[in-house]
Amino acid sequence: MSKRNPKSTAPDTIDTDLAIKVEDAHYSYPAGNVVALSGVNLEVDKGELLGIIGQNGSGKTTLTKLLNRLLKPTSGNVYVNGMLTTPRTVQEMSAHIGYVFQNPNHQLFARTVKDELEFGPKNIGVEEADIAERVEDAIEFFGLQPYIEEHPYRVSFPIRKLVGIASVVTMRPSIIILDEPSTGQDHQTTRIINSLMRRLAEEGTTVICVSHDMPLLADVVDRVIVMRNTQIISDATPREVFADRELMLTTNLQAPQITEIALGTVTPLGGPIALTPAELADDLENRVKKGAQK
Amino acid sequence: MTEPIVRFHNVTYSYPGTEEPALRDISLEIMQGEYVGIVGLNGAGKTTLGLCVNGVVPSMLSGTRTGEVVVGGLSVEDYPVREMAKIVGMVFDNPEFQMSQITCAEEVALGLENAGVDVETMEKSVSEALELVGLKGFEERSPLGLSGGQQQRLAIAAVLAMKPKLLIMDEPTSNLDPIGKQEVFGMATTLNQDYGMTVIVIEHEVEVLAQFADRIIVMDGGTVVANGSPDEIFGQVDLLEGLGLRVPEATALADILAKRGLWKGPKPTKTDEAIAAVTNLIGVKA
Repeated sequence: MSKRNPKSTAPDTIDTDLAIKVEDAHYSYPAGNVVALSGVNLEVDKGELLGIIGQNGSGKTTLTKLLNRLLKPTSGNVYVNGMLTTPRTVQEMSAHIGYVFQNPNHQLFARTVKDELEFGPKNIGVEEADIAERVEDAIEFFGLQPYIEEHPYRVSFPIRKLVGIASVVTMRPSIIILDEPSTGQDHQTTRIINSLMRRLAEEGTTVICVSHDMPLLADVVDRVIVMRNTQIISDATPREVFADRELMLTTNLQAPQITEIALGTVTPLGGPIALTPAELADDLENRVKKGAQK
Repeated sequence: MTEPIVRFHNVTYSYPGTEEPALRDISLEIMQGEYVGIVGLNGAGKTTLGLCVNGVVPSMLSGTRTGEVVVGGLSVEDYPVREMAKIVGMVFDNPEFQMSQITCAEEVALGLENAGVDVETMEKSVSEALELVGLKGFEERSPLGLSGGQQQRLAIAAVLAMKPKLLIMDEPTSNLDPIGKQEVFGMATTLNQDYGMTVIVIEHEVEVLAQFADRIIVMDGGTVVANGSPDEIFGQVDLLEGLGLRVPEATALADILAKRGLWKGPKPTKTDEAIAAVTNLIGVKA
């Protein structure tokens, strides 16, 4: 049964190709009436890889919690796959939108790692054979074979974090939100997360990643939104965002080191706003070779 | 040559109930006043190494430890952790878990109270410690109302109040935004340069280590596999990548070009060094 806000005139569903549509969303936390989000508008296409950056407290996590319906907007509308979230339950939304918490301790509860991976798909009524295949695939992709019979709280924090991600991935939601997936991870596990995001997007999943890990975002996402003081203040490609020194300064964010090197050398000469060392190396090689021909 | 503040001699340690050692035959020295970064994959033994320095291993965690750890001239197994806390302070990645008091001043005073310090000395130490971390004036505020960077600095103030000679930070900024990161590392640099405090930081973000540390220790499978200046260590790109570790992007850039025969000389680790070297390479100033 849908419980409609009697004051709301928003349609229950809209005909859209968008994965997410947020219309003028505001949110205040009830305790102390703290404004966490003011006037946010956002459209995300299906299959898009979106990064959200901003200082702690800028509203990033609040925004993502509106998307999966953990929070209801104080005013404004949030649509996920064309469905208005407010009248629906978190459980209803969980079949459409998966949420990976920053802290895996907030989401893990099963007896073994394997049970944890099976729980989500079982809960939404996926067939046994299909569950087995999804779990097998996740175990292989995340390298969890040595841990499948362990209790999720007996494995190290970084592995537990991968289990948290894997247990959402096995539900195959059409949209996945990752909140700081690489925090506390070493380079090897960060690489797994990097390739996961690419693979999900290739399969058509919409991926939203909240992160302070600028090299990860620079390498993976197509689009970055920058939040500051409860609002979205920029929405552009990673190159445009990281090249905007004024923006980086006012939001106290830092572009990846390689981007800063490019900006201090070849970018003003018409070279790229490099996002990876390989990209800048290619540009420099061309310049050196051209220089030698002259 | 001065006496090192930390000396490991053939240290091997296994956690209780495990057979696989977490540390294997480690020998190393850290001198007073050094700023040391430790890198390695998760599970390489970095945190365990830190726990051997502050005496949690073997005083609070039993397990099996052989070899010798001497910190500040004391053999750690002979002293309880609260005694070692006067020499070594350690902070972790989750400062909010360390907060238990109503005000910042009480938070910082907690360790001193437990050590039985008199009130007058305590008040003085608390205000000094808060000033060192840039939280002067925060005495009566609630720790829970602080930003992540401020909370981490408060956790550091609480260990500094004990006037340790050595500060160990275990992934101190993994939950902080870039400005919080700069705050914590900048503060550690001040403690190191102006007060001669020895700093050991366990950190995955190699660009930050290249900026702040003067020595890098690389751990893998419970052993120390490399130990030297950031330039020496990060310059060994193949070694680090072979271990699944990253080098600063500046160094990775130089390494790619070196393999194409286009980069001569040392590989930079810091942004400004890389900009200067690249400018030199292309012969045009931006």
